Amino acid sequence: MITFDDVVKVYPGGSTAVDHLSLELPTGKMTVFVGPSGCGKTTSLRMINRMIEPTAGRILIDGKDVAGQDEALLRRGIGYVIQHAGLFPHRTVLDNVATVPLLLGKNRKEARAAALDLLDRVGLAPEFASRYPAQLSGGQQQRVGVARALAADPPVMLMDEPFSAVDPVVREGLHREFLRLQKDLGKTIAMVTHDIDEAIKLGDVVVILRQGGKLAQVGTPQELLDHPADEFVAEFVGRDRGLRSLSFDTAAALPVKPLPDDLVLDDAGRPEGWRTADGVRSTAGTFLTSDSLRLVTDLAIMSPVGIAVRVDAEGKADGVVPHHDLVDHLAARRGQK
Amino acid sequence: MNLSYLFDAAHWSLSTDGSIPQLILSHLWYVVLALIIGTVIALPVGLYIGHTGRGSFLAINAGNAGRSLPTLGLLMLMVTLLGLGLTPVLIALTVLVIPPILTSAYAGMRTLDRRVVDAARGMGMRPSQVLLRVELPMALPVMMSGFRSAALQVVATATVAAAVGLNGLGRLLIDGLAVNDYSRVLAGAIVVAVLAVVLDLILALAQRWIVSPGLSGRFR
Repeated sequence: MITFDDVVKVYPGGSTAVDHLSLELPTGKMTVFVGPSGCGKTTSLRMINRMIEPTAGRILIDGKDVAGQDEALLRRGIGYVIQHAGLFPHRTVLDNVATVPLLLGKNRKEARAAALDLLDRVGLAPEFASRYPAQLSGGQQQRVGVARALAADPPVMLMDEPFSAVDPVVREGLHREFLRLQKDLGKTIAMVTHDIDEAIKLGDVVVILRQGGKLAQVGTPQELLDHPADEFVAEFVGRDRGLRSLSFDTAAALPVKPLPDDLVLDDAGRPEGWRTADGVRSTAGTFLTSDSLRLVTDLAIMSPVGIAVRVDAEGKADGVVPHHDLVDHLAARRGQK
Repeated sequence: MNLSYLFDAAHWSLSTDGSIPQLILSHLWYVVLALIIGTVIALPVGLYIGHTGRGSFLAINAGNAGRSLPTLGLLMLMVTLLGLGLTPVLIALTVLVIPPILTSAYAGMRTLDRRVVDAARGMGMRPSQVLLRVELPMALPVMMSGFRSAALQVVATATVAAAVGLNGLGRLLIDGLAVNDYSRVLAGAIVVAVLAVVLDLILALAQRWIVSPGLSGRFR
């Protein structure tokens, strides 16, 4: 657990970056700091590993004040990922990843073997090991950046806008893989982003800061979407927060109707399309019980007949949801909140 | 063009005093000494200024002032102050090599990608480790170009040693002029030029060897 205890940071010149921040980042969870520029999110992150010293207040990792610890030793125990990766251009990918283990006194052979393992974990083939950062794409560099931060298996990781320098398609892939990785590793992560969508997608806990380093709201993504504390948070999480909130509920509780006759199935029972006046038209996709209500809503809107089709694990159609049933379900859901 | 002096085998005997090989060796001796002394002085100062950003006016102005100082004039001044000998020559030549080395060390450090340095610190490198393992290797290409330009300048300028009674390839120029032996002057000029090119080639090879392919783009 990382604890911010009444932390203040005032920069020389008098601008307040962080204003009496008290906060707990739970162990094994990903906490995302988000807010407009000048809200002190990066400053907050960088105070955890003492890249910036607070003006007042304390930061504790598992109850130990970071201020009393040797800077270099403290940092070696905390993974650090930054925007654009910040890889060492003069070192190979493998040596980049082996950096912290070597600093910790591991021998070169051990460190490299561990590094090779990590490349695999972040989805890079072994032939990347001997390449230099300049030979990699932005997304590949960022993977190496993550591998490098994980190399010494630190319990805590700091990530400063780690995915913002890559294009949206690559970012999407990195998000997916990072969530998978975090599910395995269960690190205590503090991440900074300016992108609320990224925060909601990746964060177990989201910390919204406002200009001047004041805490606006802390909560799970769904809490922020369903119950924003004030106008600022509501505005910040976006006008489509109602729709986005549906991402957090699955379709498991959604009642389905039996398959109607005009749904065309193949021999295996998989849906092929809807029989309409203009011939058979595509269903625009299907959903599983584990999919989100947001997907179901999207399918109902996209379907040529306004009906979303549910399938089982084998892909066989096993029920349909007309859009008015979906509306009723959403109304009932609203009533429960 | 009369190349008879250059191609006379008698002038290439290593054992004869004042032969071309002997003059090359003494010439190189001045060059190497000036480069070593200049590097020992200019490199730490340039690195410090580049690393801290403090006193950058010094790095920039030293470069400009040094370039405008006439080496021969400085040498004569030093001889008047210190008398004849190797010291005044080395002082004059060292003053010549300091500006390019200092300025390039400074520039190499200033133009580093600060994000990489931030990552190095954030991963737990101590300041000396950041300097030796990250900043220096990254600044090396720019620093090497400054060193090469210093080496080229000092090879050409070390001929002034002969003006105050020392050896070096300047002997061919000065003695040749004194006795109107233009074949000798030409030999001196050609050998100096060839020496400069060869030295630069050697330094280019050294640069290729010590600069990481990740920086030079020369991937295997």
